[in-house]
Amino acid sequence: MSIIEIIVFLPLLAALAVGLGSPARFTALGTSVLVLLFSLGVAIQFNTALEGAYQFVSSRTLLEIAGFPKLSLALGLDGMSLVLLLLSAIVMFAAMMVSPKEESIKGSARLYYISLLLIAGGAIGAFCSTDLFFLYAFHELALIPTFLMIGIFGNGDNRVRTAWTITIFLGVGSLILLVGLILAVGAVGATSFDISTIITLAKLPESAMSPDMQSWVFLLLFIGFGILVSLFPFHSWAAPAYAEAPTPVAMLHAGVLKKFGLYGLIRIAIPLAPAGAEKWLNLVLILLIGNILYIGLVTIAQKKLDRMLGYSSVMHMGYVFLGIAAGNHIGLSGAVLLMFAHGISIALLFALSGWMRDQFGTLDLDQMGGLAKALPKLGLIFGFGVFASIGLPGFANFAAEIAIFFGAFAGDGETMTWIRWATVGALWGVVISAVYMLRAYRHIFLGPLPKKLAIPADLDWSMRVPMIVLVVTLVAVGFVPELLNQYIRPAINGILLVTPG
Amino acid sequence: MPVYYLEIIVVALGLVMLMVDAFVKLEDKRSIAWIGMLGLAVVFALLFFVKWPESTEGAFWQFYSSGDKLALYFKGIAVLTTLVVLIMAVDYTPTILSQIANPEPGAHRQAGLGEFFALPMFACAGLMWMASANNLVSIFVSLETVTIAFYIMVAYLRRNVGSLEAGVKYLILGALSTGFLVYGFAWLFGITGSMQLSEIAAALAKPGLNTTMALFTFALILVALAFKIGAAPFHLWIPDVYQGAPTPITAFLSVGSKAAGFIVMLRLVSPFLASPALVGKVTLVLTVVAILTLLVGNLAALPQKNFKRLLAYSSIAHAGFLVMALASSPRAGGIISMSPVIVIAFYLGAYLLMTLLAFLVMTTLRTKIAGEELDSFRGLAKRSPFLAFAMLVSMASLAGIPLTAGFFGKFFVFKLAVEAQQWTLLVFGLIGAAAGFYYYLKIAASMYLSEPVKDGDTSAITVSPLAKIAMVTLMVVIILAGFNPGVILGLFV
Repeated sequence: MSIIEIIVFLPLLAALAVGLGSPARFTALGTSVLVLLFSLGVAIQFNTALEGAYQFVSSRTLLEIAGFPKLSLALGLDGMSLVLLLLSAIVMFAAMMVSPKEESIKGSARLYYISLLLIAGGAIGAFCSTDLFFLYAFHELALIPTFLMIGIFGNGDNRVRTAWTITIFLGVGSLILLVGLILAVGAVGATSFDISTIITLAKLPESAMSPDMQSWVFLLLFIGFGILVSLFPFHSWAAPAYAEAPTPVAMLHAGVLKKFGLYGLIRIAIPLAPAGAEKWLNLVLILLIGNILYIGLVTIAQKKLDRMLGYSSVMHMGYVFLGIAAGNHIGLSGAVLLMFAHGISIALLFALSGWMRDQFGTLDLDQMGGLAKALPKLGLIFGFGVFASIGLPGFANFAAEIAIFFGAFAGDGETMTWIRWATVGALWGVVISAVYMLRAYRHIFLGPLPKKLAIPADLDWSMRVPMIVLVVTLVAVGFVPELLNQYIRPAINGILLVTPG
Repeated sequence: MPVYYLEIIVVALGLVMLMVDAFVKLEDKRSIAWIGMLGLAVVFALLFFVKWPESTEGAFWQFYSSGDKLALYFKGIAVLTTLVVLIMAVDYTPTILSQIANPEPGAHRQAGLGEFFALPMFACAGLMWMASANNLVSIFVSLETVTIAFYIMVAYLRRNVGSLEAGVKYLILGALSTGFLVYGFAWLFGITGSMQLSEIAAALAKPGLNTTMALFTFALILVALAFKIGAAPFHLWIPDVYQGAPTPITAFLSVGSKAAGFIVMLRLVSPFLASPALVGKVTLVLTVVAILTLLVGNLAALPQKNFKRLLAYSSIAHAGFLVMALASSPRAGGIISMSPVIVIAFYLGAYLLMTLLAFLVMTTLRTKIAGEELDSFRGLAKRSPFLAFAMLVSMASLAGIPLTAGFFGKFFVFKLAVEAQQWTLLVFGLIGAAAGFYYYLKIAASMYLSEPVKDGDTSAITVSPLAKIAMVTLMVVIILAGFNPGVILGLFV
């Protein structure tokens, strides 16, 4: 077993072990620590000088028959997948830490931790796969565990309905995606599901898809991946699902799993069908402005913290789409960095909001207040999350968003292209997110303390450790973006290569 | 050992079981099922060791094809299905006895049970022979062997109105479809002058064929086969018969009978698809049938509240996907794609695993829960996490969620449709698959998300060791084949 196979299969084996009777929380937490350590080890060993090549490659051929592309369990990392692996590992660790102890779970603790391990393992597997089939299949691994987690352990009376909504949305999204992928693999005549091979074929003039085909493929992939990322107007599943999901599921889903769609767009859709991407650029721009401005205003109107965070996470996807739409080096690296930064910051905020829901029994902004004095540690860490989410300098989100804006506005000449107009619109999003984030902070932490609110003890160490890990990550990457950019740069260079080889 | 010994062994086993039932004084007649299970396990193992004959001269080989790995695979499907059906039948014994209770004093307390275990053996022998049938006569005789065994088995619960109703429906409609089949065969012989499939294919491919007559023949045969596989608009019997038949027999029908129908369909439709003069119209008809079946199966499954009816519509839906594969046969000179034969064989294998798993769970549950309604699954996850999980795996696979065998089945079918540029069909396939997510997960939701019925039984449920072994095996193969379809494909490619 190579190191990467261990990283991918450890969570799945741990899920099996829990199913067979190993202590649930201990196994899950231990697994997440191991995965985090191994991922950091891989990051240290990673050679940043290699451009666009997968490292730590391990491949096992599974199926080779006539008329069907070669199927292999092929794993490997380039800079972009490494960054997302790190994100998954960090958020997985934090999510396991904040998960309740076995005895305080209403229902089967085994099922709870198996589901978490499968959700995290699916995300890790998807980011580490260099085989198109397994990239797709691993992502789907999270589908049923999410359904069960929200339906059984979710908050609120609407949880079963919400569980259905997210499952149907994501299921349909993946079906559309599947058709796009089958179409593309057939159209370039690939004899293997290896992603690099397929993209090389798509770039060679003799096997490239016709512009019509590219247009179809891109549209299908864009909508398919878009549904998974809660692209406007396919976003309606996201906010209720995050609000009603158990805390660790919200962290993993909003923080990690949702990045899969964006990852797929950068890794597959754009290199595969560049002409299609160009053709549909204006549609992409309109929808992403919908994400940023329309959903931004919807976010402002929210009265409950969990819903607000859910919508804010939908809204921030708009920036990543903008970076992807820019399509140049700086825009794409900003997009990847923002995927990481947003994943960490939203996991932090969901962890804290989940903790508050457990303690106060409500997340209604109007019923809270004055907590900064009563619970200073909570106030401080929540403040970090808020500032990061707005994109204040010093946090990873700032480094990422600024790169995206530069990338989207880049280009010669002074004419206002569509994408420049979109950038101008998107800039207002920063103001909007400042409005709702600061307003929420004021409602919860400043002002008089409502009498009805019983004040619990401040964050204990099982909360503090993961929160500190998340905050330190955000600040470290914020001050030294090069920490991650050294990995992202060669990966984006590889993706942007026009000629194969 | 020559391959045709296997069928002889299975028939002999069935006869031995009947004799034991009649002449040996057994305290517990379930031992008869054990004879069958052990025998079938041996036959299954022998499948890997049989030899093909060197010479195929002689009258026998006109009726029995040779040298065909696919035929062996289908024989394996037949044996495995029958084996699992017998396992279910043992667990199902109390229900059978209560529905056929013999009022005569002095009779054995389990009188009438033995035949229930012996009949599947004869159906199995028919299925195995059908896998090798290469002649209209042997196709017809083997198909009828299977069907007649099923007529009895479906109506076996003779004091149960539902079972009798199912039996009568199945008998009448089955006889009608047989009529269509014989008439079609007569026409086929008339226009090609042969009973031999290879010669029929050659005759149909010749230029100067009377296409009107050939298409009429095709229509007759298609009607008969659509009945067997449960394709719309000849699917009407399926829900009632599935619901009324004893649960193990429903499982046998939905896997064995369907596999049989598709084996015959592959053999009989392939010559028409290979004929340049007919392929266009035949494909069109198959496309229409596939679309109708996908729509009827998937959409009618949505509101179902009874587990067996839901699986009945699900079996129609899967027939839709299988006909979709057949209607997406690669065009000459196009992209090299997998042959629909391979896709259908794989799909049937995957379908066997997941459907039998679902029915195994159902038979185990039948005596412990109130009924076969979905509501009686409520809270099952708390009563038996193992059974709930087994059902979840089966439903995930039926819904076609990745990393299960069922996903690859649908994946292959969609890929064929894309390569054959059957866009309309593809859209309906997608609608069907999306609807599938809902109605299969509905069962999962009932087990995991709903509170148990008030005042209902909440005691833990025990699973018999044999059923448990069978379920674990099926689950492992479903997931393994979800990672690597070669686990199944390797058996016949």
